[in-house]
Amino acid sequence: MVLLQRPHILLLLIGTHQFLQCWIAFGSFNEEGQKQEEFSEELLLKPLPDHKLLAHFHFQSSAPPSTSNGCHHHLFPKVISQLVQKFRVKEMELSFTQGRWNYERWGGFDPISSSNAKPPGVELWAVFDVPQHHIDASWKNLTHTLSGLFCASINFLESTATYSTPEWSFPPASGNVRYGTLPCEAVCTENLTPWLKLLPCRDKAGIALLLDRPSLYRGFYHSQRLHLTSTESSSEGIDSGIILEQTLTVVLQPNSERAVEVHASEKHIQPSWSLSSIFGKQVSGRCVLAKSSSVYLLLDRGLVAELKFPNKENGKSAANGLTSENVWSNPSFELSANPDRIFLEESSSHSKSLSILYMFQVEKCSESEPFDIGLMWKVPVAWLCQQTPLHASRFLMGSGNERGAIAISLKSTQFIEGFMSANSKDGSCELRVDVFQVVPWYVKVYFHSLRVFVDQQPRAVSDIIEKIHVSPSKDKMSPGVMEVVLKLPCRVNTAALTIEFDKGFLHIDEYPPDANQGFDIPSAIISFPNFHASMVFLEDDSLSKSPLLSKFQEKCPVMSYTEVLLVPLTTPDFSMPYNVITITCTVFALYFGSLLNVLQRRAAEEERFLKAKAAKKTGRLPLLLSMLSAKLRGRRREPLHSPPSSSSFINSKLVLKVILVAGLAVGWQYFFS
Amino acid sequence: MAETKEKSLSDKKPKPRVRPIVRLGIFLISHSFLVSVVCCTAGVLALFLLPVLAKNTYISENALMPGSASPMLSNQHVSDGNRLVKDLTNPNSKSSETGIESHKIIAQYMLDLGAEVSFHKFHPQMNQFHPLHFFSSPDSGKIQENYSCSSYGINTVGIIRAPRGDGKEAIVLVTPYNALKSGFGEALSLGIAYSVFSLLTQVTWLAKDIIWLVADSQYGEYAAVAAWLREYQTPKFSSLSTPNAEMCPDVNNLFELKGHSISGSKFSNSFRRAGTMAAALVLKVRDQNEQFEDTISIYAEASNGQMPNLDLINVVNYLAVHRQGLRVNVEKLWSLLNSSWLKSLGEIFESLAKVAKSLYPKWKFGIPATEYVEGTATLASSLYYQALGVPTGPHGAFRDYQVDAITLEISPKFSLDKVWRNDILLRGGRLIEGVIRSVNNLLEKFHQSFFLYLLTSPSKFVSVGVYMIAFALLIAPLPMVAASLYVDANSSSNCSKGDSSTPSTITDTDELSIAIRSWRWLNSAKLVFIVHLWGAIVSLLPYFISQIPDCSPTTSFMIWVLLSILSLLTLNSVLASPLACAKATQEKEWAFVKSVTISSVFIGLGLMSVINFATAEIGALLMVPMCLLARPLKLDVRAGTLRSFCRMICNLVLGHIAFPPAAFFLLKGMLDGFGNANVGDFWIWVESLLAWNSATYLFIGMVQLPCWVLCVSILFHTC
Repeated sequence: MVLLQRPHILLLLIGTHQFLQCWIAFGSFNEEGQKQEEFSEELLLKPLPDHKLLAHFHFQSSAPPSTSNGCHHHLFPKVISQLVQKFRVKEMELSFTQGRWNYERWGGFDPISSSNAKPPGVELWAVFDVPQHHIDASWKNLTHTLSGLFCASINFLESTATYSTPEWSFPPASGNVRYGTLPCEAVCTENLTPWLKLLPCRDKAGIALLLDRPSLYRGFYHSQRLHLTSTESSSEGIDSGIILEQTLTVVLQPNSERAVEVHASEKHIQPSWSLSSIFGKQVSGRCVLAKSSSVYLLLDRGLVAELKFPNKENGKSAANGLTSENVWSNPSFELSANPDRIFLEESSSHSKSLSILYMFQVEKCSESEPFDIGLMWKVPVAWLCQQTPLHASRFLMGSGNERGAIAISLKSTQFIEGFMSANSKDGSCELRVDVFQVVPWYVKVYFHSLRVFVDQQPRAVSDIIEKIHVSPSKDKMSPGVMEVVLKLPCRVNTAALTIEFDKGFLHIDEYPPDANQGFDIPSAIISFPNFHASMVFLEDDSLSKSPLLSKFQEKCPVMSYTEVLLVPLTTPDFSMPYNVITITCTVFALYFGSLLNVLQRRAAEEERFLKAKAAKKTGRLPLLLSMLSAKLRGRRREPLHSPPSSSSFINSKLVLKVILVAGLAVGWQYFFS
Repeated sequence: MAETKEKSLSDKKPKPRVRPIVRLGIFLISHSFLVSVVCCTAGVLALFLLPVLAKNTYISENALMPGSASPMLSNQHVSDGNRLVKDLTNPNSKSSETGIESHKIIAQYMLDLGAEVSFHKFHPQMNQFHPLHFFSSPDSGKIQENYSCSSYGINTVGIIRAPRGDGKEAIVLVTPYNALKSGFGEALSLGIAYSVFSLLTQVTWLAKDIIWLVADSQYGEYAAVAAWLREYQTPKFSSLSTPNAEMCPDVNNLFELKGHSISGSKFSNSFRRAGTMAAALVLKVRDQNEQFEDTISIYAEASNGQMPNLDLINVVNYLAVHRQGLRVNVEKLWSLLNSSWLKSLGEIFESLAKVAKSLYPKWKFGIPATEYVEGTATLASSLYYQALGVPTGPHGAFRDYQVDAITLEISPKFSLDKVWRNDILLRGGRLIEGVIRSVNNLLEKFHQSFFLYLLTSPSKFVSVGVYMIAFALLIAPLPMVAASLYVDANSSSNCSKGDSSTPSTITDTDELSIAIRSWRWLNSAKLVFIVHLWGAIVSLLPYFISQIPDCSPTTSFMIWVLLSILSLLTLNSVLASPLACAKATQEKEWAFVKSVTISSVFIGLGLMSVINFATAEIGALLMVPMCLLARPLKLDVRAGTLRSFCRMICNLVLGHIAFPPAAFFLLKGMLDGFGNANVGDFWIWVESLLAWNSATYLFIGMVQLPCWVLCVSILFHTC
């Protein structure tokens, strides 16, 4: 039996090998040996409830742990591997974001939002594989390297006052993490171009061809992210396999909305779109270096529940390979191209309905027949994205330049209701919330003033807070870090944390160029460790497992970022250098003048000189002055020191003459001009 | 100078050199009469010169760039606004007696634009007098026990998030709206705001979030805005078993909006926030108007004479005049416009300026007489409203949180046709759009231009550096006169004693007497202190009087006066009437009292000028002449010369004018006519000052009133 079966197995092996040849990456050279450097490109499109479209580009390159190639790579960007080797980076994530992720409308529970919704500006965290005392040095070097690589001022994260060391609340829980953000960093194409350079095909071929700058930056949210993990091989420390994951998440407004808006009746129909209409470009072929190149269309749970597919069995069968007509061409929408595959989500406890994923292969297209997919809505659909269990918002309280308070308010979304039944077996269920908050040193937070309110009732801090870690800020040295684990009852409606602070004074040269704008408090991270955002899709074979889908399957806790806050601090008047110069000069002049006066004066000699002078005839000007002062006083002038009355007479005459001449001049001017 | 002085002294004996500054001081003190006359005249003159010295405004912050972009507000948005106006003025919407329907309509309109909408319910908070609460920051408000479901207001708030902004800052647009009895003007203001709002949901240049607050003005515009701001800035997280507005059945109807969560914008009842407020605009449209032009009035004065940054007014003025062709005016004292003396003064200045210009063509400081009169009227109203310390509109609530805000009141020339309505919607909308766009351009908060200024016309201002001069000149003679009085009183008594004692005995006994004499002013200081203490008590009294239920203003005022007199008498008797014992010992006592009074007035005015300049200026105009002229009437009668007679008359007149209630009635009579003056009015006025926590009240109670009492006591001094 075994012998009989063997040829079949062999045949199958050959078959699969052939199959592999045609769509595995071209960069593979020695198939038989160790793992290859691989690159894959994927794009995920997802309609959002508020007439917008989420596009999520996912590029993944991986380099195997090999010493054979030395420092040479076929596909993998050399800079990254050098960076990893030099600074012994275990894991790193760098994100550039513009705009805010709207957690209420765009959801916060799915893997995309939970790992790709980032705070505005730059966020960088890294885990190092070096001894404790070298970590800071490595971090500083890393920031400078990245700053050069991505044309951004990441080097500002170098100073100890800007980055922090999360102890345990930050997801990659380990002591070697460094975390820093630059909330006011502007993100633009100059950051995107170096990021694209890391791709083997850049933006010249494949899905990256769609990255048309004007349409990208016209979007409502734009976040480019670079995540790398190096898996250390067991034998040597240096040799490591690196996985570089580059994602770009954009939220775009399909253009067709304007046309639809004219008809008021059709106003609520979702806009139809196609790849070419939203990006203004088309994919003319895949990147030949990519192992896989595919485009996905994700209809999330809420939408699928609203769409009411004719029957679920058809969907199931579609997942098994049968492209059923009524799944991709629904009464409510129409796809412009047949999906190559359809995945259904594995049933989860989180929600009743399941999301559907359509997959399109890019490889079939060519120059003459560019790849393009579109979605046309026929009927208005409204749905809601899955929300985080609690919606977090943060704001400042108080006013004035002296003190204030930060408040983090958590509000329950309806979503939590469905969860409670699953979580609470013994009636008293608890919701764990981790809060990670970094506060710059000039915002002097008083940690003792932390107060907790649950359902509008003040509660003792010890009741609600399970665990807290605080590292107070040091002036000009390190920021304040607060890590809190809250245990809230599941039925909580609202919860709020408030903490008071004093506003500090900065030294004049510590102010940034636009100091009157105010100072940013970076976003707080609110994570829900009990909840995992993952989407597991039913797949028939593991070979076709794409990096994006496997990323979706990872169990990462649900995370959300709060708003960036702007704290107005007292600022000196910078616009008055002139005044400063004037007053300094005056002070100097007064000081040196009086000093010289004191130094060169001889009191006894002066008195003698004065007496001698009094005996002599005095000059005109002092005399005049003495007259004036005497007159003003209303006393008689002492005859003693105005002996020559004639001179004073001359003086008064002179004055009269001068006045007369001036009056004449004025009169002349007045009458003859 | 040094040498001359040396010489003047050298005839007596070689004295040590006196420092020039000390000599100058001695000189000024010895000529205090001349100096005070010159300074006071110059001070008053400088005040009247201010309209001439006013500079043209200019936009100081470069980032504002007003009018650099062409307005995007099109007829499409105007017709959207018109639709809202029609729906609101539709009689069907007014059917419900609580006016919830119109709030629903507004909220629905906002939702359709894709904005985040929330309702804010508030209970009107009675303004209360808190002693010693004048300068503290606004708190989150007291929890009142007797909330009822019948009295609450609903603010409708719509927020547009800037598509690519980081949400750190926000611009607030406020339209007061009374759903119960709204005039056409209010609906029109909502229409303007809505057309701008609908434009702003589409634009791509937005960097700051936009908050549109439809403030429910049935309990007053200010109260609604203040309640919303209080919730925004200092929210209460704990509600201690007070009946919440949420429990009222009416309110819950609000949330039954037809919100099919269209276009993803969900309606929620939670309070929504955007970032730090950069600026706020309050928009109003006046109902009836007799003017022939579309005008726009700017109200800027907030509590205690605080003003928004001048750049905000500049931007509005620039856009209104140069882009939208609207006439801009700021408030004037209309009664001053027709006064002939002001006109003649203006003519004098004009002719002087003409002469100066003919002498030297570069001297161009003159302004036409009519312009001068208008400038003075505006300046006077600017001074008056700043001095009053009561905000002139809902924008005052923002200033309490250091947000620059102004109220714009559009008064269109009234006609009913649709073209006109569209025109006012378009122009008003474009003006608001331009201002918002300018503020949106700002990277930093408003800080470039002036915060301390007086307006003489919408495009002219007097900065602090100029108007300080008038005040400084007015109060400059006070310390000199005080010093000279002290010196005179000291030396005169010295002389009288010196005559009686033989020259040989001027030894150790004299030393002692000099020491005692040099401390004699303490007696008068005690008197002045007691009177000021009395002033403090008097200013605390209204707090208790206002607790008495069912009290008409007149009776309250009478109670106040009675209690004041009573407390003065008790204080005087309890604290060992110093005036009486001083009388016995010294005849020059009044000079000491006057000297100490003048010093205390100087300190009071100086302090007040820091807190509220305008109050100090007006106070100085009243009090400085009275203080300087005060002299016992008996002495004047005894002297019997013409000069003393004049002084007596002046003293009597000033003594009447400077009494706070008298000054109030005089001012009121000048503005409104004397016909309907009522004693209760003063009480009402004082209550309003109290309610707005105006520092002017403290000034009147603790500086002006004691000063007046002291001066009167000097006048009737028996010596």
